[in-house]
Amino acid sequence: MVSAPPIAAEPRAAAKKAKKKVKAVPRRQLSFGQRLRRDWPLLLMCLPAMLLLLVFHYVPALGNVIAFQDYNPFVGDDPLEAFLYSEWIGFGNFEYLFKNPAFWDSVVTTLSITAFQLVFYFPIPILLAILLNSIMSPRIRSLVQSVVYLPHFFSWVLVVSLFQMMLGGAGLLAQTVRQAGYTPPEIMTNPDTFMFLVTSQALWKDAGWGMIVFLAALAAIDTSLYEAAAADGAGRWRRMWHITLPGLRSVIVLLLILRLGDALNVGFEQFVLQREMVGREAAEVLDTYVYYQGIAVQQWGVGAAAGLFKAVIGILLIVGANKLAHRFGEQGIYSKS
Amino acid sequence: MSADTAVRPRRNSLRPAWEEKPTLLGQFGKGTILTVVVAAVLVPLWVVVITSLSSEKTINAAGGYVFLPREFDPTAYVVIFSGGQITDAILVSTVVTIAGTALSLFVTVLAAYGLSRPGTLGHKPILFYFLLTFLIYPGMIPSYLVVTGLGMKDNLLALILPTAISAFNLVVLRAFFMSIPGELYDSARMDGAGELRILTRIVLPLSKAVTAVIGLFYAVGYWNAFFNAILYIDRNDLQPVQRVLQQFILAGQSPSTSGAAIAIPGLGSSVPPSLAIKMAVVVVTIVPALVIYPFVQRHFTKGVIVGAVKG
Repeated sequence: MVSAPPIAAEPRAAAKKAKKKVKAVPRRQLSFGQRLRRDWPLLLMCLPAMLLLLVFHYVPALGNVIAFQDYNPFVGDDPLEAFLYSEWIGFGNFEYLFKNPAFWDSVVTTLSITAFQLVFYFPIPILLAILLNSIMSPRIRSLVQSVVYLPHFFSWVLVVSLFQMMLGGAGLLAQTVRQAGYTPPEIMTNPDTFMFLVTSQALWKDAGWGMIVFLAALAAIDTSLYEAAAADGAGRWRRMWHITLPGLRSVIVLLLILRLGDALNVGFEQFVLQREMVGREAAEVLDTYVYYQGIAVQQWGVGAAAGLFKAVIGILLIVGANKLAHRFGEQGIYSKS
Repeated sequence: MSADTAVRPRRNSLRPAWEEKPTLLGQFGKGTILTVVVAAVLVPLWVVVITSLSSEKTINAAGGYVFLPREFDPTAYVVIFSGGQITDAILVSTVVTIAGTALSLFVTVLAAYGLSRPGTLGHKPILFYFLLTFLIYPGMIPSYLVVTGLGMKDNLLALILPTAISAFNLVVLRAFFMSIPGELYDSARMDGAGELRILTRIVLPLSKAVTAVIGLFYAVGYWNAFFNAILYIDRNDLQPVQRVLQQFILAGQSPSTSGAAIAIPGLGSSVPPSLAIKMAVVVVTIVPALVIYPFVQRHFTKGVIVGAVKG
């Protein structure tokens, strides 16, 4: 539920697996049995979490194989039995999917929204953080922070509802405009401007929260750099260009990679909530396609195939984006090792 | 609101000597931007709260949403808390949030502690098992089939168990546990303390703040969950608040209330809910976040998130 960036730390640690030396508990060549006798309570502690993930994460992940089935829930008494008796049809679902224009429409919509938000969403938290960082008064800084972090804790239902109440046909804006004697603009239901709408909603909800990482990076910049640059005659803009932005560089690259790796994820609830209002053409993204194909229309296999397609492309994107980062000399999400 | 103070820096001593004096235009621009940003968040919330506390008459006079508080009329809140679908929903969400957060914290703390010492048996593969969840997603349809296959349709467990573990929270907590000096563990072990004892007597007291933030993350997740309810909950009396909010505000349906409440004008079975009642539902969905937030907020930048970023 927290934005992706902080994940960065651990996969890197996981990659350290390859490098051997981890110094912590001294390992005096204990036998397996001795280690088990020493560590069994720790293993036991991991067990509940592992079981939960097994049942609700890994089993469904494996369950994606129904993408290769003509899955029919009615051939068995429960999903497992139905799975066992359903017919395997190879890539049939994928063939259907790739010939289906609605599927490609949803892919195009998803990618357009990602591209649009890279330009109109991504830079905003960075700019906000730089702006806030330049404010001297700690009181104003913490006041602004407390306020703008808040919407991150609101649900999408609430955010969309608030937008509806402020900008919708019966909302505050329409009410004011109507009282002034004009026709209110159509904001919540206009498919042509839907991309602006979803991006503003995303900004309202998460732009403030997105600052945290950048504020941390800004705080880590050595102030003596600024002092030295100022002594050498660099003005505030040159200092921003030559010190602040380079200081943010690795965080920006990291988040950019994560965003690219996540290109097919533009959020699900936000779109499922507004699909009815603006219509399928504008609001059908891959995730809503999976839902409507798979669960609403009950073409389970096709829906699962679309989901699997998304997952596989997603993994390729992450790996590719990470390669790109290494090429730029950045650390990326996981190190090469 | 913050602009006035932003325009005139009150304490010039905060500005380092080498930095040039701020330009008036720059200060004004910054003040304006920050004021607009803060207002964009606060104004909608203000309007919602004020309208929820207004009487039908004031709302009609204003032509809808109310800006300025004229009165304090809690009718809307009395209505939604006096039985019926909204009361049920609040109960359901409260139960799910409390039970879910307790379960999630319990399981996450245990696993984070179990993984906090590299070099123990199975440490690497188990860690990998958790980290792999970042890369491999379950997929909506198989998840749906698994949950319904376990017979959890129309069961509140369906709103808890599938989202009970966040590997991200686990990793953050683990990173914090690992930063606790090893000598503390060692001396406790010398004294003959078992792992569970070390966890409850030494580790947890030292990590109250992180645990609180992780708890907040989980609680917010449960309280805000909406789509799981669409997938798994059909019964009206088991719907969580987010679902009710969606039905009233976005789909424009009217809530069913118990007999006691129907007498109140504006809430007949077929009449759409009055604006004040709608706004009261919105306020109810916001309030938990507003209440917990100040207690936990100061820990956000300290330690938890920043620590996770630095690795």
